Amino acid sequence: MSTLSDPPKLGFRPSMLINDTRYRSLTFQVIAAIVLALAIWYLGNNLLQNLKAAGLNISYGFFSTPAGYDINQRLVEYTSQSSHARAALVGVLNTLLVAFLACITATVLGVIAGVLRLSNNWLVSKLMMVYVEIFRNIPVLIWIIIIFTIMTASLPAPNDFRGEDPQASMLFSSFAFTNRGIYTPLPFFTSGIFASAALNWLLVIAGLGLSWLVTRRIGHWATARQEATGLRPKTGLWVLAAWLLPLVLLMLVMGLSWELPELKGFNFQGGIKIGGPLIALWFALSIYTGAFIAENVRAGIQAISKGQTEAAAALGLRQGRIMNLVILPQALRVIIPPLISQYLNITKNSSLAIAVGYADITATLGGITLNQTGRAIECVLLLMLFYLTASLLISAGMNIYNASIKLKER
Amino acid sequence: MNNSVFFGALTVAGLAAGAAAAGTLDDVKARDKLNCGTNTGLVGFAAPNANGEWEGFDIAVCRAVAAAVLGDSTKVEFVPTTGKTRFTALASGEIDVLVRNTTWTFSRDVDLKFDFVGVNYYDGQGFMVPKELGVSSAKELDGATVCIQTGTTTELNLADFFRANNISYEPVPIETEAEAQQQYLSGACDVYTTDASGLAATRATFDDPSAHVLLPEIISKEPLGPLVRHGDSEWGDVVRWTLNALIAAEELGVTSANLTEMTAGTNNPEINRLLGTEDNLGEMIGLSADWAVKALSVGGNYGEIFAKNIGENTPIGLARGLNAQWTDGGLLYTPPFR
Repeated sequence: MSTLSDPPKLGFRPSMLINDTRYRSLTFQVIAAIVLALAIWYLGNNLLQNLKAAGLNISYGFFSTPAGYDINQRLVEYTSQSSHARAALVGVLNTLLVAFLACITATVLGVIAGVLRLSNNWLVSKLMMVYVEIFRNIPVLIWIIIIFTIMTASLPAPNDFRGEDPQASMLFSSFAFTNRGIYTPLPFFTSGIFASAALNWLLVIAGLGLSWLVTRRIGHWATARQEATGLRPKTGLWVLAAWLLPLVLLMLVMGLSWELPELKGFNFQGGIKIGGPLIALWFALSIYTGAFIAENVRAGIQAISKGQTEAAAALGLRQGRIMNLVILPQALRVIIPPLISQYLNITKNSSLAIAVGYADITATLGGITLNQTGRAIECVLLLMLFYLTASLLISAGMNIYNASIKLKER
Repeated sequence: MNNSVFFGALTVAGLAAGAAAAGTLDDVKARDKLNCGTNTGLVGFAAPNANGEWEGFDIAVCRAVAAAVLGDSTKVEFVPTTGKTRFTALASGEIDVLVRNTTWTFSRDVDLKFDFVGVNYYDGQGFMVPKELGVSSAKELDGATVCIQTGTTTELNLADFFRANNISYEPVPIETEAEAQQQYLSGACDVYTTDASGLAATRATFDDPSAHVLLPEIISKEPLGPLVRHGDSEWGDVVRWTLNALIAAEELGVTSANLTEMTAGTNNPEINRLLGTEDNLGEMIGLSADWAVKALSVGGNYGEIFAKNIGENTPIGLARGLNAQWTDGGLLYTPPFR
């Protein structure tokens, strides 16, 4: 018979908060959290008090008043009589546009440069090394300004296209490269199925979607045949036809035509204008971030052990297929996470747009609107909110993609 | 220990922010230095010279205020501000007075809580185009690309002008003066627009100023003047009356050449009151009796400052125009010193 009794159950005593290791860390965390909260409250309260003392208050009332200024690149309808909110929206779309374009080109550039840097060709690999080292070691603002300055100084002004014997002429009489931007022909439909141009273009997009579905079916069919017979049927012509046929048909039915840019008055009129500021910003962000992505790609490829390449080669795969089928799919797992932060960098770096007069959100809401209304705190808070939201959305999207390609462990 | 330092710093920051609203005049005297917000560089108005000393038409106002308050025109700290940072700098107390081609508008005066103490230059927005374009009126600018220095009332005036005349244009807003000039000179813009005085100053720096013309249209009223924070009337009075003293001195014929002679006493009571030999205006405003003498001894009266920095004999070459004394058909008219 055991007479051992349970150890005496001691109740919770306040001194245990410090002396008991089970509670100690919790205690300090709670204290730290309270101190942090107090500090933030103090700063916020201080701000509000001082604003109040200066007779200012936080108000977003200015948002519905007319902005009163014009913006040169607008993706949605906007005039100087539109509201400040509308001007901010124009800025948001411009930011997203340049960020989107730059992400794509930077990725393409980065992957090419990263793969080429590992090339066995001495000249090619050294050239890529020079590219990477030069572009990532000079601040992007300087690249933006250099590219913009070179563009405006070297390309001809619209005035040079004038006269009997002009100093400059249009490429194929339809493309004009000027120091204000590039003018290209604008496609439009002469006998569209719908009255509105947007609906007609939607139809074209739907056609392309259909083509994509058909090509997928062809691919599945080819795989099934391959599994059944061991031979993969040639599908190249079918795929080509699936892409081209609906497109050509739609274009013929709706009567595709081109509006050519023409020199009228001070500027080229008609066609599509890709503004100089957009080009400079887009190009600068792409080559700058491309250099960083190239290094990510190189790191990803070098993380795959050489044995993989050798094993694939032993199976009889050629160089290109080894890269596409064996190395890159595995390397992507290493490449994607740092790639996300490069995409975020592009989005945030696009706020340097005002250096070249590109009307992004920092230039409209954080620039002219802030200046005209004097509502600095309100505008800057909104800017922070926008960049935070955009960055979180991009990183959420990329994380989903990352999850889909990462090693599936069973 | 670290926490107490942190809170100590916070408290100091809080107190400093609270104290900024109190007497600026006392602050300046205690600091023995005037913090003057100015342009980042506009030749003739505010720019460092070859020796790195700030000089110009706006700078002269700051120096006069420093001389009137502190008795020494060199006790000024010039804080270059951009179109974006100037109001925050003034509101936060970083600078005591802002003299930077700033247009006196309703919303800046009322909504942003500043006090414009006067006008030191009556300006208006104009256009500059290359002569070879053959344009003679701003109304012929339909479809033109216009370079603007961003963050100013310029953008709003421009939008209003083109809307009122029902013609189109393409704005190219540029952050800095230098960048905008480069765009204009390379032909990326057809037109450069800003205040007419600024255009003249800019044109003076070109290799070939005669190849560019200023169009006759002046599309806005731009009264440029010094401003201070709202709610500190004593300090506002000091800046206002220093500026008025410069203008009144020209009207009364007090120049840097005859200042010493006039200070000995004249038979014009108004001059005597201005120069502090009669009455006690200096005491009323909280300065020494000879405050205006000190202000005038820096660069002379308004007319002399104008002639030296931006007048017709300088590269800027601006005529007095609206900025002549009211007795000469201009708009300069100071309330009496009494």
